[in-house]
Amino acid sequence: MNFLKRTIPLVVAFVMGVLMAIQYYVPHRISQDLLEVVSRWDRIIAGFAVFIGAYSLFHLHWTRIKRKVEGWGYSIFVYFGAIITLIFGFLNGGKFFWNDKQEGTMFDWLYFYVQVPAGATIFSILAFFIASAAYRTFRARTKESTILLIAAVIVMMGRVPIGNYISQYIPAVADWIMAVPNLAAKRGILLGVSLGAIATSLKIIIGIERSYLGGGD
Amino acid sequence: MNLLKKSFFISAIFFIPFSTATVLFAQSPAFLIPPAEFTAFDTPNDAGETISLTWSASPNDSPDVFYVIYIDKDKNGAFEKEAIRIKSNTSYRTSAPEIYGYKKKNNDYHYVQIFPKKVYNGETLPKKQTLYFKLAMVSGDTKITLDTIASASARGNWLHTKKINNFVIMIILSAIILYFIVHARRNPDMFLRKIGGLDAVDEALGRATEMGKPVLFVHGLTGMGSISTIAATSILSRIARKIADYDANLKVVNNDPIVMSVSQEVVKESYLEAGRPDAYNPDNVFLVASEQFPYVAAVGGIMTREKPAANFFIGYFYAEALILAETGATTGAIQIAGTDAYTQLPFFITTCDYTLIGEELYAASAYLSREPMLMGTLRAQDVGKGLLIIILILGTILASFGLTFITHLFEAF
Repeated sequence: MNFLKRTIPLVVAFVMGVLMAIQYYVPHRISQDLLEVVSRWDRIIAGFAVFIGAYSLFHLHWTRIKRKVEGWGYSIFVYFGAIITLIFGFLNGGKFFWNDKQEGTMFDWLYFYVQVPAGATIFSILAFFIASAAYRTFRARTKESTILLIAAVIVMMGRVPIGNYISQYIPAVADWIMAVPNLAAKRGILLGVSLGAIATSLKIIIGIERSYLGGGD
Repeated sequence: MNLLKKSFFISAIFFIPFSTATVLFAQSPAFLIPPAEFTAFDTPNDAGETISLTWSASPNDSPDVFYVIYIDKDKNGAFEKEAIRIKSNTSYRTSAPEIYGYKKKNNDYHYVQIFPKKVYNGETLPKKQTLYFKLAMVSGDTKITLDTIASASARGNWLHTKKINNFVIMIILSAIILYFIVHARRNPDMFLRKIGGLDAVDEALGRATEMGKPVLFVHGLTGMGSISTIAATSILSRIARKIADYDANLKVVNNDPIVMSVSQEVVKESYLEAGRPDAYNPDNVFLVASEQFPYVAAVGGIMTREKPAANFFIGYFYAEALILAETGATTGAIQIAGTDAYTQLPFFITTCDYTLIGEELYAASAYLSREPMLMGTLRAQDVGKGLLIIILILGTILASFGLTFITHLFEAF
């Protein structure tokens, strides 16, 4: 059992890790085909995994409805939305699902006039959250937050016409903040991230990091 | 008056033909100076799908003059198939620094790549098929064709020579990491600087246990192919183990079915390892939505309804980062975030109690487990950073004096 659950996954991780690392340096068609095959496997597995995800979602909400846990009414909407979408998806504008997807069907309508606006509504909340988060952060209580406040005010002013109206130097200073200290910090983080990613990949390839298989070491 | 008329006519006789010639010449030169050094070669570092062609620029190069390359499978063929047509003031060697570097004279030569398969409408050509090319210069009705026939066959390469720099860096960094892993086995008492966000994990879990409220672990939006998601599952494993020990309640929300399956397995194994398999509930690791904003709405709903005592946002996040973290902040939960998405870091720093910045996300698993071999990699990362800082300083100094070779040495292709 340990062989199946531990050894085989570790061998697969090692072989595929080394193989794909080498693949990056080999431009030959055979190497490109290998990448394509592996990517195709990934897409196939992802396709099947959708069923697992759907099962998880429906099972969870069915349990919530059955046990009448707090807010179980929302779970009915999950089923309602899924069934309606499935019905119109299968109907495919009267051509049924075994034909190519038809345009301008009720399925499209649900997507464009329900899902997209609902998503946009959630996204629009971000503006208010930015304002509230900015209010909390920009209180000049410490030296660091004061620097942050000053930098933020300059960058904000430099990005709107009134900044240039007050002084032509404000947009220039804003650009300098973005191009020099901001970029330097960003690159510093990226360098650290890249090294961390290399170290993590290596740990997984040589099998000393096994926690992703479950159970720590 | 007569003199004036005479002067006007004389001027007109001289001026009109001259100006007309000037205009005509600008649009279409009366004669074309042909280019030279027309050569073809197999494009280096490719899969064997392209042939490169190069020739010297002509003094006639202008937007109205075109270069046309004809292709044929036979050296003595008719060369009627047009492989490519470009404006003569475009496509220089400067567009291919991976082949010609950054020499000044690159502007004096044209360079194009031909995809024979595309030219022959997807026809599969025999391996090592030699193809022949002729270059013509066209301006309006004027066309001159070079006598030179260039030939080459496209071959796949087994090593991308321009990635050798990357390969060498990878070998050096890997060697450093492996050295410190071995070193850590011999010297397990290694000093690690404190990471506030990871020290607070115990505090957050303890608080959740005392309050009898769940701990919410929120995955980022990327799938299992992303290294940050792999790091997140490693952290999840450590957290799940501690939660099993504390007998607290863990909820893991996912937006990717594969990540969900891996997370279920990771949490289950952690509970098993802690000797609490009975406490594991697979329904607590679930998929909430596979789209970005439905995911936000669902997770936000869980936060406001169930009011978890601690929220962990670990992985790669996009615009949803602030909405999630701000919603969590309003519920009064202890919030620990960890991401390598630098665009979202300011939002997490603003709204969370602790934030693992960039590399700390990858260090978390080693830090929480305190396993010597894993901790060795942290020391290796620091040494790697030191090395990069030295190169950066050196590169900055050299670039300041106009020496850019170190920049090109580390260039990625």
